[in-house]
Amino acid sequence: TKTRDMFAGVLDLFRLRGKVDRKFLEELERRLYLADVGGTATTAIVDRVRQAFQDKEIDGNVETFVRQQLRELLTDPSEGIRYAESGPTVVMIAGVNGAGKTTSIAKLVNRLQKDGKKVLIAACDTFRAAAVEQLTVWAERLGAEIVKNPTASDAASVAHDACEKARAKEFDVVIVDTAGRLHTQVNLMRELEKIHRVVGKVIPNAPHEILLVLDATTGQNAITQAEMFCKSVKCTGIILTKLDGTAKGGAIFAIKQKLGLPVKYIGVGEKIDDLELFDPESFVQALFE
Amino acid sequence: MFDSIQRGLSDALKKLRGRGRLTADNIREGLREVRRALLEADVNFTVVTKFIQRVEERSVGQDVLARVDPSEQIVKIVFDELVALMGPVDPKISFAKDRPTILMMCGLQGAGKTTTTGKLGLTLQSQGRRPLLVAADLQRPAAVDQLKIIGQQLGLPVYSEMTDPVQVCRNAVTFAKQNNLDTIILDTAGRLQIDAALMEELQQIDRLVKPDQLFLVVDAMIGQEAANVAKTFNDTLSLNAVILTKLDGDARGGAALSIKEVTGVPIKFVGMGEKLDKLEPFEPEGMASRILGQGDLMGLVRKV
Ligand SMILES: Nc1nc2c(ncn2[C@@H]2O[C@H](COP(=O)(O)OP(=O)(O)OP(=O)(O)O)[C@@H](O)[C@H]2O)c(=O)[nH]1
Ligand SMILES: Nc1nc2c(ncn2[C@@H]2O[C@H](COP(=O)(O)OP(=O)(O)OP(=O)(O)O)[C@@H](O)[C@H]2O)c(=O)[nH]1
Ligand SMILES: [Mg+2]
Ligand SMILES: [Mg+2]
Repeated sequence: TKTRDMFAGVLDLFRLRGKVDRKFLEELERRLYLADVGGTATTAIVDRVRQAFQDKEIDGNVETFVRQQLRELLTDPSEGIRYAESGPTVVMIAGVNGAGKTTSIAKLVNRLQKDGKKVLIAACDTFRAAAVEQLTVWAERLGAEIVKNPTASDAASVAHDACEKARAKEFDVVIVDTAGRLHTQVNLMRELEKIHRVVGKVIPNAPHEILLVLDATTGQNAITQAEMFCKSVKCTGIILTKLDGTAKGGAIFAIKQKLGLPVKYIGVGEKIDDLELFDPESFVQALFE
Repeated sequence: MFDSIQRGLSDALKKLRGRGRLTADNIREGLREVRRALLEADVNFTVVTKFIQRVEERSVGQDVLARVDPSEQIVKIVFDELVALMGPVDPKISFAKDRPTILMMCGLQGAGKTTTTGKLGLTLQSQGRRPLLVAADLQRPAAVDQLKIIGQQLGLPVYSEMTDPVQVCRNAVTFAKQNNLDTIILDTAGRLQIDAALMEELQQIDRLVKPDQLFLVVDAMIGQEAANVAKTFNDTLSLNAVILTKLDGDARGGAALSIKEVTGVPIKFVGMGEKLDKLEPFEPEGMASRILGQGDLMGLVRKV
């Protein structure tokens, strides 16, 4: 049920006839910008293509080269969650408002359960209206246990209780949902650091994964988000959501360049099966579609 | 960023102070900086290209003013064009006289529709209206609870039933009439603009309930997609206005420009926080400064 979007991808660019000239390079630039790849990465790619192919015929080699350049700017295929050597693995989820944190948790729980893991969910968004109810609905659908405290206003205390429970009851994984917060909100970023600290006190080396949830529809602000969240709590990877739309999520190129932060999962819909391991090849392929 | 625009403009124009004319040549460097600033602010690429052309057309041939730096003269032209493009704005909502006025919120997932439904409810309540919030999102887990809690916080009634969105909206109108409520705000589920079935659902509500105002809610952090999203929603529904949310962050908000340029639909309000009193009228001047990057743009504009 998808209709064609307004702008074409990069692919038909290589069907053009003629030489790699200024017009071709401008068109390549335009299409990379439209995929939210942003100034720095776009300039780098266009320059490399210019140096390698200026005035040569447009053919399959140019396409292969561009794909390769884009591919090199990304990380290796994702292997998903890295588990703790012993005891529960704690996965903390963070990101700005409405990025898709809670839904991604539901999808992640589903994946991990399918891998045979016993998963506990910690409902640490004590702020947004019905955030706990939302996560509870998901937990029920998944048959997963959830730790919540509807009257608590302190997110860290819920995280603490969840970790205690996970240790006592031998859960394999604890996934901590957090409230959405803009990276510019100093107090809320401190709260995130507090959750991080508290979790680490209950379970050694926790949290083992801190996944930043980014909405693929976001433009260049995604880079600042990644920078600021990484500064506050050392993120280990990205979940890039809403890739089922026409947005391409090109900001991850700059994020990889600047921070080295890899994408671990992508969200491709609102259902629990709509979470996939990040694969750079198919990501680049999708840029071309 | 703003500084670098000025620097870029200054280098090429320094020699001109107080004499000569702006030409395509002497403004090229500066316009390149303006272009970069707009792209970095996530203004749609196609929109940027057109915009720069327009600024160039307006600038070339102008006499260099005696009292200001020529670079400031161009920044002023850019600023004026931005303001003209994003304005004019009318933050008022017009109401029907003999029946409830219906407002409908729509947009992508997570844009801020439900929160904004509450915010609008509060704003209208404080203007003496009697709003009804309607939970027409039966899709997202606990979406109805979310709106009910918001209603409770504001002391506003919330209509909900577990049927289907079209039914909910129709029955809400009857409910409003019976309970003497004069403004109905429909909160719909988030959807992708390419989801034909869900877009059709919105059209169906539009046909059957005939909202007076259709609002597209857009996250200010959105990138190049803004143009696609706004265009498709507008083509499908004929929007009345756009509400830009999450402007309390540091997103430059280039979407404001893209959306207005591509659809002609004005931006009426901006969301400035998660709290329900954080809704403000849209101001093109402030937005223009923001898109170009900070700096004392207003001071400069007054001077020129
Ligand atoms: N199309 C699509 N929608 C998604 C995806 N992931 C999440 N969503 C939707 O995005 C909206 C917001 O998702 P949430 O999971 O509530 O986001 P959140 O980050 O937890 O939001 P806050 O807790 O309010 O900050 C919901 O309507 C989800 O169904 C995705 O991969 N694709
Ligand atoms: N900082 C900030 N957060 C906002 C603003 N408006 C909404 N939010 C937050 O954004 C997130 C998503 O808001 P919702 O109102 O649930 O968005 P929605 O469009 O109804 O989401 P779906 O129904 O899932 O499509 C929540 O965490 C809100 O608190 C705003 O102006 N500023
Ligand atoms: Mg959430
Ligand atoms: Mg909603």
